[in-house]
Amino acid sequence: MSAAAPPIRRVRPRYQNAAWVFLSPWIMGAALLTIGPMIASLVLSFTDYDLFGTPNFVGIDNYRRMFVEDQRFWGAVRVTLNYVIVAVPLKLALALGVALLLNRPRKAQGFYRSAFYAPSLLGGSVAVALVWRTLFTRDGTVDNTLSLFGVELGGWISNPSMALYVLVTLAIWQFGAPMVIFLAGLKQVPGELYDAASVDGAGRWRTFWSVTWPLLSPVIFFNLVLEMIGAFQAFTGAYVVSGGRGGPIDSTLFYTLYLYDRAFTAFEMGYASAMAWFLLVVIGVVTLLIFRSSQSWVHYAGDE
Amino acid sequence: MTVSTETALAIGIPPGRPRRRPAQKTVGSVVWHVVCIVLLAGLLYPVFWLLGSSFKPGTEILANASPIPWEWTFDNYAVAMQGVGPLSLWQLFANSMSISILTVVGNVFSCALAAFAFARLKFRGRGFLFGFMIMTIMLPMHVVLIPQFIIFNNLGMIGTILPLVLPKFLATEAFFVFLMMQFIRGIPRELDEAALIDGAGPFRTFGSIILPLMRPSLVTTTIFSFIWSWDDFFPQLIYLQDPSTYTLQLGLRLFVDQTSASSFGPMFAMSVLAILPVVIFFAVFQRYLVDGMATSGLKG
Repeated sequence: MSAAAPPIRRVRPRYQNAAWVFLSPWIMGAALLTIGPMIASLVLSFTDYDLFGTPNFVGIDNYRRMFVEDQRFWGAVRVTLNYVIVAVPLKLALALGVALLLNRPRKAQGFYRSAFYAPSLLGGSVAVALVWRTLFTRDGTVDNTLSLFGVELGGWISNPSMALYVLVTLAIWQFGAPMVIFLAGLKQVPGELYDAASVDGAGRWRTFWSVTWPLLSPVIFFNLVLEMIGAFQAFTGAYVVSGGRGGPIDSTLFYTLYLYDRAFTAFEMGYASAMAWFLLVVIGVVTLLIFRSSQSWVHYAGDE
Repeated sequence: MTVSTETALAIGIPPGRPRRRPAQKTVGSVVWHVVCIVLLAGLLYPVFWLLGSSFKPGTEILANASPIPWEWTFDNYAVAMQGVGPLSLWQLFANSMSISILTVVGNVFSCALAAFAFARLKFRGRGFLFGFMIMTIMLPMHVVLIPQFIIFNNLGMIGTILPLVLPKFLATEAFFVFLMMQFIRGIPRELDEAALIDGAGPFRTFGSIILPLMRPSLVTTTIFSFIWSWDDFFPQLIYLQDPSTYTLQLGLRLFVDQTSASSFGPMFAMSVLAILPVVIFFAVFQRYLVDGMATSGLKG
């Protein structure tokens, strides 16, 4: 053989130019619609821009107003945190529970999986939010049903201490998406481990906590991060149920709803930009905390 | 001690290991179906109630908790078909449809290109760009919302559907890039290498080998893009300021604002029509949807 014979190994050529061609739409989007606007909104958050005039630099005024003066801002933070803390764990618990129920070798499993998933696709629509608004109104189905059992709460929608829970139930209703992901995770748990647990005489709870939970923990972690990020940004339900105002007395004024109100009703673009960046920071910090905590409760296969 | 039926049910024993006698198995199976159906009935009650209420007279809707009307009427649909104010129902429908179809086209086109580059091509900066792409999946839209609005405002596009569909042609929905990437990774590399030996460049490899093989992920993207853009309320609320571009979602909201609280009937008839395409899409493609959702979460 000649000296020029190619070496016997896999050669993967570098396709620099081709890569740029394939990536060009994405790079344009990333530059023009993501990085540029991110920087711009950070800059705008230090101005008093109102969409019509020229922006004036106002230093940290927007942030000072947010943190020190604006009671509605803190109200929105409280409402949103309340929603995230209540809705996300309940939604995930239900998703996991139903996934465990469905994870059996039965013929109709595929049908049930799809049917339980369906609300996840409908829950974000205006139509379903209107249904919720009507079901939970005074003399609506929920009120009437509870009255039968002697529980007189009246309409949840008009009750400041109950209105948020209407939206919590709407969130929980859409547990199908995390459930489908849990089911896929459960399928990967090796059956031998259950055999071993049963040989060792482990009961139901013991088996769940010693086998299912640790092996599923990466999926639980994934769902937790995803649902948490989603919950912080909930909007449509609160907008439709409260008629766009976040009432009664700001009890459903979600963070995003207040941000929308500042930006597109009051045209306080600078202030809304500051709010958007604060949201980003909070989501980033909470995600980081979940990542940090994951070292103590998430087990990856092959760690030991 | 053996694992009881309930334990097996609760922890989900995988198939192929009989541990119960046939009679017990049948009983267990029946119990399981009953539990599933009861849960499902409760879960889907609001949807059935919505459908039923759209056929009830307005006065009956609050009073009747059952999805089945006491008195059937089609008047609600007659009112809903008239649309909202000057907007006909067909126009709302056509607007929703054009946005969704353009979104699907944009997402499939731009995300497939980006996914191929990330999954198969070696290039400088790949690791960094990939990390950035994953980060944008989690990025709240609000942090780019206002400058994007200003850009589209300066371009004179507010009031048109362009701000809603143009970004989709720039692969801004990174979730789909990721979904397609995961799929391409499952296609054997030997196929690319064979094509390379036969003298095919990356364009040829993409067009003749990868694209045809990644069709299931394109279908999943199509369905999700369609349904999500159909229901996507916030961007429509912000950008579609000209009533002639209103979608079904916005029309529905306008309808609620304009009519008194008592006209529940037409409101629900319109709601049924607004979610009907989603329901049909789901019924036809549910396998793709559910599997697509399942794989996106795993295989990291």
